[in-house]
Amino acid sequence: MFRLEVGVSSMSDERVVVTVLGADKVGIVAGISRVLADNNVNILDLTSSKIRDLFVMIMLVDISKSSVSLEKLKGLLEAEAAKIGVLVTVQHENIFRYMHRV
Amino acid sequence: MYSPEEIVETYEMLSLQHLNIRTITVGINLLDCLDRDLDKVKSRIYSKVVDTALKLSKAVKEVEAKYGVEIVNRRVAVTPIAILLEPFAGEKKVAKIGLGLAEVLDKASEDAGIDYIGGYSALVHKGFTSGDLKLIESIPEVLSSTKRVCSCVNIASTRTGINVDAALKMGEVIKKTAELTAESKGVGCAKLVTFANAPEDNPFMPGAFHGLGEPEVSVNVGISGPAVIKAIVEKNQDLDLRQLADLVKRAAFKVTRVGELLGREVAKLMGVQFSTVDLSLAPTPKQGESIANILEAMGLERCGAPGTTAALMLLTDAVKKGGSMATTFVGGLSGAFIPVSEDVGMVEAVKAGALDLEKLEAMTAVCSAGLDMIAVAGDTTAESIAGIILDETAICVANDKPGGVRIIPVPQAKAGESVEFGGLLGSTVVMEVNRFKPDRFIKRGGQIPSPIHSFRG
Repeated sequence: MFRLEVGVSSMSDERVVVTVLGADKVGIVAGISRVLADNNVNILDLTSSKIRDLFVMIMLVDISKSSVSLEKLKGLLEAEAAKIGVLVTVQHENIFRYMHRV
Repeated sequence: MYSPEEIVETYEMLSLQHLNIRTITVGINLLDCLDRDLDKVKSRIYSKVVDTALKLSKAVKEVEAKYGVEIVNRRVAVTPIAILLEPFAGEKKVAKIGLGLAEVLDKASEDAGIDYIGGYSALVHKGFTSGDLKLIESIPEVLSSTKRVCSCVNIASTRTGINVDAALKMGEVIKKTAELTAESKGVGCAKLVTFANAPEDNPFMPGAFHGLGEPEVSVNVGISGPAVIKAIVEKNQDLDLRQLADLVKRAAFKVTRVGELLGREVAKLMGVQFSTVDLSLAPTPKQGESIANILEAMGLERCGAPGTTAALMLLTDAVKKGGSMATTFVGGLSGAFIPVSEDVGMVEAVKAGALDLEKLEAMTAVCSAGLDMIAVAGDTTAESIAGIILDETAICVANDKPGGVRIIPVPQAKAGESVEFGGLLGSTVVMEVNRFKPDRFIKRGGQIPSPIHSFRG
């Protein structure tokens, strides 16, 4: 895991972080993971917690076998999140690795 | 896996603190467009700029979506146009030819969806070529009749000293540009900077040009992030300055990493070399995006109060230290920008009487950008403007750092009046200029020799 970044790594080119933020309510996990399953996106890791009064769910997902593009998936997740009444962000894993790992 | 704190920190920076990439600027070599046939030059420039800029736009869109980070501006920097003017320098209508080339740059950027294009430039720190002189003469007309073309002229360097004739010429050019754009309060001057030690890979306008030491195409990134730093300073009121510097450093690392990642990906998608990240903190007129407010959060009643220069040094240094760890190659100006009109905190400090031109000049000794977006009275003489330019370039030459002067003598305006430039350029107060004259000193002309930095040779 510990290696010098030279160029953009291809190691995790297919891993995406899905973050859900909002007030806690019924159906958040179900709604979001249904969209992922419907599009053949595998959940690699999942954690949820409360930070500063916010319900935060973080999913690390693998989109290598996804039936839709990242952009399309993002749109579908945003539509579902709007229905539930939470905020979803979909970002490639690299940004977290770059910001939080030296 | 990442901890929720890390994920939320990224979310907060991007969403609540407006962390974004201020600009991705692509430098394009235009030397292969050189010709004595003007039509050929124009068509080569047009197609080269448009081709590259379209690739840039496509890559930027893709990368924005992938990371959920906004890239605010897409810009292009080209080889100094004075060089392309050289083959025509003997001709009578050479200034018109310069204008013609500028119009091509303007059209190409508009057609390719580029905000600004930099490089209507000349490097005259040791003297003028015929092309340089003609280019400088044509600047007022170019800036008043084009929308997106930016110009910078380098008149001084640590190695060569300061070209005083060029400083006076720039004083005159600035006055004329303001007069030609009088209807919009002299805003043409916002697209013009007079530089010392101009970097060849600067992503920020109006100082960007594609230097002769650069590759065919280069990608340079300018980051933003004053609000991220301000939030950290505000949250930690009880830390001493050593601890505070450390926290700022850590935040600057994260901010710069975003620029590094996105810049690399854009370059990769375009199939060109990634060059540098400029470590500058760049403010905008938006509330919270102010450098002055960071200094105030450190504990100064107002930006400009005694202690301001020290606070700014701490800030700039911490940003540079954190940033240089985060990127492989540091470029551009790399410091904190203190453009008065683009920083609400600076404007308020001027209004409150806390900040004047002299204090700003002192502050530029410890940050990179120089005297930026300063509005002065319309009747300020070309000689006084040249004097301000000479003082700023002297600071840069003596401290071996880049820096410039972007000054707007607002036609008809008097010191103390408010001026609205609009958009990213913001609004400001016309600043007082020392009323005593430097004329005889400046009219001696010639070159101020380069100062000795050490006797080691």
